[in-house]
Amino acid sequence: MTMQPSRGFHFFHFAAPQTFYPLAGRLAPVFAVLAAVLAAIGLWLSFFVAPTDATQGEVYRVIFIHVPAAWMSMFVYLVMAFWSAMGIIFNTRLSALMARALAPTGAMFCFVALWTGALWGRPTWGAYWVWDARLTSQLLLLFLYFGYIALTEAIEDPRRGDRAGAILALVGAVNVPVIYFSVKWWNTLHQGASVSLTKAPSMATTMLGGMLIMALAAWAYTIAVALWRVRSLILERERHTDWVGAELDRQGARP
Amino acid sequence: MLKPFLAVLARDLLLAWRGRADVLVTLGFFVIVVCLFPFGVGAEPNQLRAIAPGVLWVAALLATLLSLHRLFGQDFTDGTLEQLLLSPEPTVLWVLAKILAYWLTTSLPLVVAAPGLGLLFDMEQGGLRVLSLSLALGTPILSLLGAVGAALTLGLRGGGMLLALLVLPLFVPILIFGAGSVEAHLSGSGASAHLLLLSGGALAALVLAPWACAAALRVAAE
Repeated sequence: MTMQPSRGFHFFHFAAPQTFYPLAGRLAPVFAVLAAVLAAIGLWLSFFVAPTDATQGEVYRVIFIHVPAAWMSMFVYLVMAFWSAMGIIFNTRLSALMARALAPTGAMFCFVALWTGALWGRPTWGAYWVWDARLTSQLLLLFLYFGYIALTEAIEDPRRGDRAGAILALVGAVNVPVIYFSVKWWNTLHQGASVSLTKAPSMATTMLGGMLIMALAAWAYTIAVALWRVRSLILERERHTDWVGAELDRQGARP
Repeated sequence: MLKPFLAVLARDLLLAWRGRADVLVTLGFFVIVVCLFPFGVGAEPNQLRAIAPGVLWVAALLATLLSLHRLFGQDFTDGTLEQLLLSPEPTVLWVLAKILAYWLTTSLPLVVAAPGLGLLFDMEQGGLRVLSLSLALGTPILSLLGAVGAALTLGLRGGGMLLALLVLPLFVPILIFGAGSVEAHLSGSGASAHLLLLSGGALAALVLAPWACAAALRVAAE
């Protein structure tokens, strides 16, 4: 492998796993600390500062976890589709690794959103689960994540896995709006007056602030975890190269 | 341009005819799954009428899913697929021909058989007509989207289960509008909106899916 002397900024400079690996190593702890600090502030605001909701009581406080998780689960899928498109267009190896590194975090947030939603739904609606449009499309999003992870893990040839996963992520991204609107229409056709989540009551500033800070914490957490995961993926993928050997020697990880 | 399309179509239809037992097995699966439901939920006519569109649609969806491996599986193992990919003809063209042949041999029998099964559920005449129409418009989307999934999972261990996980979430909108069209007709609000949406979906899938499928086949075969 020949390294070109890099002069100034080059668009694809950090697209090479070798150059991205140390960068990810430097950035990940920064975002991890950021996530911890933001989560501490956000949780303090959510549980001690934000007032009790007039209609729902204390149970509403689940939104401080629930809403950021739901936002994140949808956003991460878009980011995955973005990296997949980049991988297909520019044929960069790192793009597919980024998409792979993000998938488990997205699925985790999706599950957290469903889980906390069920916990909130029981006292509020009287049922852990209703076939509401938002719940259903969130569930289907979780299945899309599972499908992506299962497909990329089932293919042994890593490059084939990358490309197949990229195609699947893009097909899924095209389908996500279709699924969302069809489910919405199906639900309104069937149930008529269901519980509406869309009409948000006027929110106290501290409530909104707590939620936004928690959302930022979720962002920072996602970035940190994805960077750490992509570092392991890079090492695994590039294990036959000299620089990984040198890196492992430097860390004393190789006997 | 049309010649390779017709050649692949004729070849696949001929192969399906030579192995017609496979095609009949799919149809038999569809019939049996539909017939299982009255045993499970009870044979009360009003209830059967209410669940009939959903049951027939879900059965059609499962029958499609379980036969999708036939679309490229044989050609992949005997090397035909690789030859086709190496040929100078546009991949999208013969992929479309294969999907069309698959639809003609797998889904069309289901569309034809569905009204007869609807009678077992005591569906009324008008509802049967809408059911056939919705299946005729919706099953091409199932075939097109399913082809992408089949191409992605080509030659993988545990491919069948994986395929289900990949394509079933994508099938949900079709199920909603397909089964919904019959219910809309029966409730008197008219099925045209559902059927138009299904047609639109079929056209969109026809334009987009063959490209994704061709890309997935290239990935699988290299």
